[in-house]
This record gives sequence, structure tokens and C-alpha cells, in this order.
Amino acid sequence: MIELDKVGYSYGGGELLSDVSVRLAPGSFHFLTGPSGAGKTTLLKLCYGALQPTSGQVMAFEQDMRSLDRDRTALMRRRIGVVHQDCRFLDHLPVSENVALPLMVSGRDPRSEAENLGELMAWVGLSSRADALPPELSGGERQRAALARAVIMSPDLVLADEPTGNVDWEMSQRLLQLLVELNRMGKTVLIATHDLSLIRAAKAQVQARVLRISDRRLQLAGADL
Amino acid sequence: MSKGTIRSLLMGDKQADRVVPPSGFTAQLTLFVSGAMAFLAVFALALSLASGRLADRWAEELARAATLRINAPRDQRAAQTEAALRILRQTPGVAQARALSAEEQAALLAPWFGPELPLDTLPVPQLIEIVEGEPGYDAAGLRLRLQAEVPGAVLDDHTRWRAPLVDAANSLRRLALISILLIGGATAAMITLAANAALAANAQVIEVLRLVGALDRYIAGAFVRRFTLRALIGAAVGVALGMGGVMLLPDASEAGGFLTGLGFRGLGWLFPLLIPPLGALVAFAATWAAARRVLKELS
Repeated sequence: MIELDKVGYSYGGGELLSDVSVRLAPGSFHFLTGPSGAGKTTLLKLCYGALQPTSGQVMAFEQDMRSLDRDRTALMRRRIGVVHQDCRFLDHLPVSENVALPLMVSGRDPRSEAENLGELMAWVGLSSRADALPPELSGGERQRAALARAVIMSPDLVLADEPTGNVDWEMSQRLLQLLVELNRMGKTVLIATHDLSLIRAAKAQVQARVLRISDRRLQLAGADL
Repeated sequence: MSKGTIRSLLMGDKQADRVVPPSGFTAQLTLFVSGAMAFLAVFALALSLASGRLADRWAEELARAATLRINAPRDQRAAQTEAALRILRQTPGVAQARALSAEEQAALLAPWFGPELPLDTLPVPQLIEIVEGEPGYDAAGLRLRLQAEVPGAVLDDHTRWRAPLVDAANSLRRLALISILLIGGATAAMITLAANAALAANAQVIEVLRLVGALDRYIAGAFVRRFTLRALIGAAVGVALGMGGVMLLPDASEAGGFLTGLGFRGLGWLFPLLIPPLGALVAFAATWAAARRVLKELS
């Protein structure tokens, strides 16, 4: 699905990631952890083409990411659902339209998928907030709306960057639950988080592998978490 | 830019238009600017067409005409006029020679001395209008012959003041055309600034759209359509007002001389109708270029 081969990434000055090789198999569930600033977000960005590696190769759906032009990058993104750390929305459109935005931009008529949209809003528990504007949402509601938007196109892969970053424990459990359910439906999931208790909670429900960024390299963490 | 891209940029898409938040004030500024520019363009166009007509007319009419002036004492005037007309009729290259009647001469002087001029009491020279044939006559030869036979005759072939007048009309036309180009360029610059401001103000919208998989032309289209439409509407209003203004200008008349007749004639009225589509085209190109520049910076 996504394959990183000896990927390195450096910002202007120093090297952030080096020699990162990992393969996200279809249907797998991965956590990505590491200290703040270790490069978790950068690694996710490399996975959906927001950044290009300075060395090595990123393959997405059997295509070299570097060979994709802008339009094909956009088309590839429709197959990857991303929940960003700072979930950004179009603040002038209500939540339901924000969730349906990927349908809109890919030329599908959101009205014909109204039923799916309703179900999805119910699934993330936002049915009653469908007409609210994004700035009116709480942190947890924003995260759930972002998750709904990430999965409305039924992507093969869901990437989530600190999805439980600014929500309480109960809400983070709910979000995790949603991601686990997605994985059970066959989606590949990669969650970047520094919340170890979240990882422990997940391990009870799903066969999750934990990748840890340490000293610029990616390691498969042991079972002791 | 392929045909498909242009079509998808312009095709109405209510959904896509909603993803960009409505903008009140800048929208009105864009409308105003394109309207004002179109209004000015109408006048520059009118000036250019009118000065073109003027240059052509002067060059054409004056090149083919000359005047013979007979300064002679009253008792010899008729005889000298007769002699001059005879010589002119014999001169090869002169298509027509005609002595102006007293009424015609009085009409020529009327703008300066007023009507009811007692022409008989004034020592006014007799004028003979000469229309040149093809090929023209030999002016130097004609002068020598007139000198010998009609001592009071002075031939004026108008070249002395024809050239500067035609030059003046031609430079006026050039200036008007340059003004039209400048107006077009200024419109493009201002639409670019407005589009850049709109793109900058909506940076987050653009980023979100790009991340959820929107193609560049979808994002650019939302902005391009908006600015193209504004420029079209603004320019249409500006042209309508400008054409109204031109229509109110006084008609061309003999009395007014060359300052009247500055408006459009016949098919010339169709030219200003080209301004709104051209303005829309300029806005389309300017916004598309600005949007592409912004999008290139996003991955």
C-alpha cells in the first residue's frame, strides 16, 4: 500500500529522518510514536505526498510518489484519508458540507450520497451538530469531524496525526474505537501519537504494530509497551 | 492550458463556487475598477477611431485639392479669373477647376466676419478650387505659366499645412491606441492584485482543498470564475455608460469643425462591445496566472 525505502528527509539544516524503510501492508494497523519533534508528522506527510523525501523512495499504491504530477498526486490523495493534527476546515461551510468536501471536489454529487453522509455523521456522533460551523465545534468534535471527512471517500488507507491530541481520555477512547472499526472494515490505519496509554488500549482490541522514531531512525518497538 | 481545462475553469459549478467564502468589499472594488477602465476604454476607442477618420479625410481631401487665389484690382478680376480657368483647363492632371461664387466665399468667411458680409465692398480675392486628377499636375510648371499670363494668381496646393494636420491626427490616434493598451495592462495589474489578495486571504481554504484531493483546476476555477464574471459585469456596465456618454456628444457638423464627430460611426459602434469580453479575458488570464503561482507553492 505504502512503502518507504531507505527514505531520508532533511530540513534546511539538519537531517530529521534517515534510512527509514517500512511497508504498510493492506489491512494493517500501525502506531507511530516518538518524542515531540522526532519527525512523526514529517513521516506522515511523506506518506501522502505533502513532502518529498530528500533521499530514498516512497511508493504509494505501486507508484513512485516522485513520478506523480500535481493532478495525479491529488487523485492519489482521494485514496488516502488524512486526519491532521490541526484539523482545518472551511470555516464558512457547515460541518456536514465540510465532511462531504472530498466528494464535492472529486466531482461527486454530495446529495446523491446524503444517506451515507447521514450514517457517517451518526457514526462519529455529530448528527446533531451537522449544521454548526467548524469554529463552533469543541476540540473533540473537530477531531471526529476530521475523521469523518477523512473516511467519506472510503479510502484504502487512513493516516491520523495525533487524533487524540487535545481531547479528554473518554473522547480519545471513542476516536480510537472508530479507527479500530475502520481497520476491521479492512482499511489500513497509521496513527501518529505520543500517548502510550492509547497504544496500550488499542493493543487489547486489535493487532497493532508500533513503530518508534528514535535518533532519526524508525524501529519496530517491542511488545513491552 | 488545454481546452478541457479552460472549460472546467469556466463551467458553472455552484458547489465549487461555495467553497470560496463570499467576499463583499473586494468584489465591489473589482467591479468598480473594471467598470471604470471599460468606461475610459470606450473614450480612448472613440478618440482613436475619430482621429483615424480625421487623418484619412484630411489626407484624402487635401491631397486631391488645391486653391488658386487671384489678387487683382476689381476691374481686372473677372478677366484674370477667366484666363486662369482657361489655363487650368488646358493643364494636364487637373480634373476640375471651378471659380467659387460670391455666396460660397461669403460662407467661408462667415465664421470670422459673421453672416451678411458685404463682400462687394471688400477687396476679397477670387478663389478657384482645383481638383487634381490622376496622375497629378506639375505644380512648378503651372506656377510659371500663371506668373506669365495671370500676374495676380497664387497657387496654394495645401501641402504646407496638410502634412502637420495629418501628422497631428495620426499622433492622436497613436496616443489613443497606447491609452487602450495601458488601460488593458492596468486592468490586468489590478485584477492580479485583487486575485492575489483573495488567494492570500483564502490560503487556508486552498490548503484544505488541496489536502482533500482537489485538482488545481478545481481550486483555481473557483477563483477564476469569480473574477472573470466580476470583470465582465463591471466592464459591461462601464461600456454601457461610456457609450451613453459618447452618444450624448454633439453630432459632427460643418460649424463645429473637426472637434465634433468624436463619436462612433456605423460599424464603429460594435467596437466598444468587444471591451467586456476582452476585459473578462484579461481577468481570466490574470487570475489563472495568480492562482497557479499560489498553488505551485503548495505540495
